[in-house]
Amino acid sequence: MTQRLQSAFAKGHPALVCFVTAGDPTPAATPAILDALVEGGADVIELGMPFTDPMADGPAIQRANLRSLAAGTRTADILQMAADFRARHPQVPLVLMGYANPMITRGPEWFAAEAAKAGVDGVICVDIPPEEDGELGPALRAAGISPIRLATPTTDAARLPAVLDGSSGFLYYVSVAGITGKQSAALASIEEAVTRIKQTATIPVAVGFGVRTPEQAGPIACVADGVVVGSALIDIIAEHGENAAGPVRELVTALAHAVHNARKVEA
Amino acid sequence: MNAPIPNSFRNQPDAQGHFGQFGGRYVAETLMPLILDLEAEYRKAKADPAFHAEFDDLLEHYVGRPSPLYFAPRLTEELGGAQVWFKRDELNHTGAHKINNCIGQILLAIRMGKTRIIAETGAGQHGVATATVCARFGLPCTIFMGATDVARQQPNVFRMKLLGAEVVPVTAGAATLKDAMNEALRDWVANVHNTFYIIGTAAGPHPYPELVRDFQSVIGKEARAQMLSRVGRLPDLLVAAIGGGSNAIGLFHPFLDDPSVKMMGVEAAGHGLDFAHAASLAGGRPGVLHGNKTYLLQDEDGQILEGHSISAGLDYPGIGPEHAWLKETGRVQYTSVTDTEALDGFQLLCRTEGIIPALEPAHAIAAVKKIAPTMDKDAIILANLCGRGDKDIFSVAEHLGVKL
Repeated sequence: MTQRLQSAFAKGHPALVCFVTAGDPTPAATPAILDALVEGGADVIELGMPFTDPMADGPAIQRANLRSLAAGTRTADILQMAADFRARHPQVPLVLMGYANPMITRGPEWFAAEAAKAGVDGVICVDIPPEEDGELGPALRAAGISPIRLATPTTDAARLPAVLDGSSGFLYYVSVAGITGKQSAALASIEEAVTRIKQTATIPVAVGFGVRTPEQAGPIACVADGVVVGSALIDIIAEHGENAAGPVRELVTALAHAVHNARKVEA
Repeated sequence: MNAPIPNSFRNQPDAQGHFGQFGGRYVAETLMPLILDLEAEYRKAKADPAFHAEFDDLLEHYVGRPSPLYFAPRLTEELGGAQVWFKRDELNHTGAHKINNCIGQILLAIRMGKTRIIAETGAGQHGVATATVCARFGLPCTIFMGATDVARQQPNVFRMKLLGAEVVPVTAGAATLKDAMNEALRDWVANVHNTFYIIGTAAGPHPYPELVRDFQSVIGKEARAQMLSRVGRLPDLLVAAIGGGSNAIGLFHPFLDDPSVKMMGVEAAGHGLDFAHAASLAGGRPGVLHGNKTYLLQDEDGQILEGHSISAGLDYPGIGPEHAWLKETGRVQYTSVTDTEALDGFQLLCRTEGIIPALEPAHAIAAVKKIAPTMDKDAIILANLCGRGDKDIFSVAEHLGVKL
C-alpha cells in the first residue's frame, strides 16, 4: 500500500472519499473539478474511468460515462489527468475506478505500469472479483498499486477473507445491493455490517453507494473509517457542466466538515 | 496461432468456468455469491434424475421435441453439391430454439426458490420464450429490450405482453441487445434476493455458458441420433448462425469429439467486415464484457463498439466464450455473411423448400449456399434452422422495398 493511502486514513478523523468521472463533461474540465475536491477537503480522490457499458452504475454515473466518452476522453487522457494531478497535489491519494476491459485491454502490466508512472495509488475494478484476481491483481501489486476491492451486503463472513486477500489501501463497503446513486441503506444495517467486517479486516473500511448529503455522511463516519460520495457530485457536474468546480467545492466542504468532525460532536 | 489440441473438446469449462483463457466470472461482488449459489444448484440438478425427467417431459409435450431432421431436396438440387439437411428447431413452440434453454433455467429458478424472472432480449425470441415459460409456471417476468429493437420487433413485443410479461424499453447506448443486457444486470444486482436472470445465450458469467449449452445440446444429441438412424452415418459438416452462439453450441457440442464432423459457425458481417457488422471473431479481439472474457468488438481503449446486423438476434458485439475457445483451438471454423447474402439465403429457402426462416438461420443458409457446391454429392451438410421467419417478414419487406 502506498504511504499516501495509509496517511489518508491516519489523520485522526474519518476520511472523505470523493468520486468523479474523468472527462465529464470534458477532459479540459476535470483538473479544476479535481482541485475543487482537494480544496473542499477530500482525503482520497477516486477518478472514474469512463466505459461504454457501466453495468454496476445507475443513471447519473451512466450519463457521466457517456458525456465523457462523447467528449472524446481516451485512456491516455485519463493517465495524463492523473499525472498532472500528482504534480499539483503530491500528497493526496488518487485511485482509478472503473471496469475491467479498458484496464486490461493493452495487458494488465501495461496498465499497472502507466498508472504507477502517473502516481496512482490504488485501483478499483468493479467487475474483477477475487475469483478473477489473476487478470489484474498481480500486475497492480508488482507495480506498488493497491487493488481495492468491494464488499457488499451479499458478501457473507465465509466469503469476506477471500475479498480481503490480496487487497490493500482500504475496503470499499457497498452499503446497498444495487447500483450507484439509487437508494440509501439504513444506518443500523451499515453499522452492523461495518462492525462485522472490521472483526476480520485489517485495512480501513470506507462506506459508499447512496451517500449524498452531509447529514447522511456524518453518522456513517461515526462507524466507518471513510465515507464515499459519488453520484451527488456527478449530479452537480451534470447541472453546471464546465462551471461545476465552484458548486462541487461547496458540497465537498460541507461533506468534509460533517465527516471529519463526526466523532467530535459528543466529545 | 492455435492452442494445443486437447484430448477432448467436450470437457470444458474448468472448475473456475474457464474455456481456455475465455469465460470466467467477471461480475460485481454483489452478484458473486449468487453466481456461486447458482453453480452449486446446477451441479445438484445435473445429478438429479428427477430434474432431467421434468426437463425431458416438458421438451416433449410442451415444446414439441424431438424436432424433425429434414432433407432439403430442391435446395440440394439447386446448389448442385452436398446434400443439405436441416434440424428443424423453428418448429418448436414459440418458433425458435430459445425455449429449450428457458425450460431448463426456469426449472432451476424454481429449485432455488426464486419468485421473479428477468431476461434480456434482442430480436424478441428469447423474450417471448422467457415470457412463455413464466406464464406456464406462473412467475412474474420483466423483459429488458433495447428501445431500437422494441421499434423493429413490434410483433414480439406484443406477444410478450400477451403472455403477461412487463417489457421495459432500454434507451441507453444504441438501445439494442447489449444495452438490454446491461439493464438486466443492473436490475439483478438490486434484486438478487428473489430474482433469477434467465440469460438467453451461451454467454455471461460462469455457469451460464455451460448450462445454456447443456440445455441447448438437446439439438445436437437429437440430430446425431436422427442422422445415424436415417442415413447410418454422421454428417460431414455442421453449419449454424452465431450471435451469442447458443443454437450453434447446442448443435456442435455433442459432435465435438467426432473428428470426421467439420463445423462452421456463421457470424453476421452486416454491411461487410470493413463496415458496420457484428462479427466478433472476425473483427474483434479478446476482452471482458457482461461477466465473461471473450472476443469483443472494441476500440483500442477497450470501449465496446456497437454491432450491426439486419438480424436483431445477431446484433451483439460479443460471442459465447466456448466459441472463442473453439476458434482458438481450430476445432470449429468461423465465417461470416453479409446482410445482403442473408436476405438471399432467406428467399432461397422460401422458394425452394417452402420454409420461411428467421434472419438468424438465413445467415447459415447463405453459408451453405456458398459451400455446398464445392462439396461432393454424397457429402452431408446439416444446418440448424434455429428459428422461423414470421417475426422478420416486416423488416425483410422493408429491405426488399416492398410496402405492406
